[in-house]
Amino acid sequence: MLKIEYVYWLCGALMLAAGYVDFAARRRAPAAFWTILGLCFFGGEAVEAAAKAGSLLPAQIVGVAVIALAIIAASGLTRRHIADSEAEQRKASAERLRNRLFLPALAIPLVTLALVLLIPRLKSGAFDLFDSRQPTIIALALACVIAAGGAMALTRATPVTALRESARLLDALSWAALLPMLLATLGAVFAATGVGEAVAHIVSAAIPTGSRDACIIAYALGMAVFTIIMGNAFAAFPVMTAGIGLPLLIEQHHAHAAVVGALGMLCGYCATLLTPMAANFNIVPVALLELRDPNAVIRAQWPTAVVLFVTNVILLDWLAFR
Amino acid sequence: MNYWPLLGIAIVVAGFAWRLNPALVVVTAGIASGLLAGLGIPELLALLGRAFVSNRALLVLVLTLPTIGLLERAGLRERAHAWIAGLKQLTLARLLIAYLGPRQILSSLGLITIAGHPQTVRPLLAPMAEAAAEKIDPALDDTDRERVKALAAATDNVGLFFGEDVFIAFGGVLLIQAFFNQHGIELDPRSIAIWALPTAVAAFVIHAVRIVLFQRRLMRNAATKAAHVED
Repeated sequence: MLKIEYVYWLCGALMLAAGYVDFAARRRAPAAFWTILGLCFFGGEAVEAAAKAGSLLPAQIVGVAVIALAIIAASGLTRRHIADSEAEQRKASAERLRNRLFLPALAIPLVTLALVLLIPRLKSGAFDLFDSRQPTIIALALACVIAAGGAMALTRATPVTALRESARLLDALSWAALLPMLLATLGAVFAATGVGEAVAHIVSAAIPTGSRDACIIAYALGMAVFTIIMGNAFAAFPVMTAGIGLPLLIEQHHAHAAVVGALGMLCGYCATLLTPMAANFNIVPVALLELRDPNAVIRAQWPTAVVLFVTNVILLDWLAFR
Repeated sequence: MNYWPLLGIAIVVAGFAWRLNPALVVVTAGIASGLLAGLGIPELLALLGRAFVSNRALLVLVLTLPTIGLLERAGLRERAHAWIAGLKQLTLARLLIAYLGPRQILSSLGLITIAGHPQTVRPLLAPMAEAAAEKIDPALDDTDRERVKALAAATDNVGLFFGEDVFIAFGGVLLIQAFFNQHGIELDPRSIAIWALPTAVAAFVIHAVRIVLFQRRLMRNAATKAAHVED
């Protein structure tokens, strides 16, 4: 069976390869960074299994590794910029290969789509070809492997060149690649230490609960503020809905639960467009597109986010109390 | 209630405001919150480690990098740029809106990983948007070039966020359902996803209007520049 774990091992292998490329080029900080991260990907399943069985030592080792990664990131891990010396070569190659160059790039989404549709049909009795818990991730991974094969065939490159190129892009992303995982970790720590409950407690103590409009605005703003802090509407939703949405809007003012849930979540989504904490969406593209202003993407989307947030509040007021 | 862990939030805000390295800021905030909540160092390390490895799925996108890297080396971005430059009818606004609509529709069908910043924005959409902007203003300066690329990334975000919530098997919808279920309210996922539709339509309209306004501003700037040259 194709397990999700194999996907993580493949990711780990790419990181270890990047570590080796950096090591060979005497870039010590990134070499250490990718090696440690790659090892975390290889050991992930063992850490989870051990923690479930009550042994915390492997998880504590990863905890130390996380701190080490953050320290390396802060000290001397500089982003490697792509040398433009090969610009002429790239132009010539683009002239030669023309639109065939798009094929492997388009293969990633198209093969993913085909596999997502196909995977549920590939079950035969007790034997599953694919781990059905996270079929889209496995489909994406397979599509990437197929596309990489296609790209190598098209450009007549060897797997070594492919690994070298992925190392170049990983170094261009640098610590921005790690930020989504670190923020999700911070979210788990905030959840375990009761940060959410404390925020909901303060907000609900500050509003006049008798006013329906005040409750709506408090819920929507609470979702937005907490999403900005956590970088993730999913983390904000249970806290704010348990603190304000459920007791005040649904129980006291008889709002429609499905509408409160859907629009509350969407208020959080608007806030995701505004926060550097949502690294995957707002910081990683800055690194990928090599923009100078770290907030360039947020600057490009804040007006959409604000107008849409106001729209959501109006919709909530209108639809939840029919 | 213990309010001290809230200091973790203050650390995040201050760290981002002072432009310290975000990775270090985030880990420091986590450690501070944990210690202030009374966790011992062994428990805190285990909490960090477990949470970190259980979120590995967030980095699966690195698997696209060998393909994208090879294609870029072979001139993918140059080709995307040249192709759009040759299409006379395709303006910047048409290109970005033609990306936004399908991105929303595909996300609403659950096809979330079909596009994204590494897969489609860096190698395809951003160079195409640059080429389309150069058709408006051949002397596009660096600031505007950055804005065009950032708008391309923003368009992908808006398309993803306000499409996926309409998909009934999406984690967000299931999270809403599970939350209310725990609190004794039974809801059908379809009845939740349907209320995300008006917002999805509003998101498309609002962002499309902003794209058109951005294009108009570029056109005005280009016209002023041209007038200056004639003087």
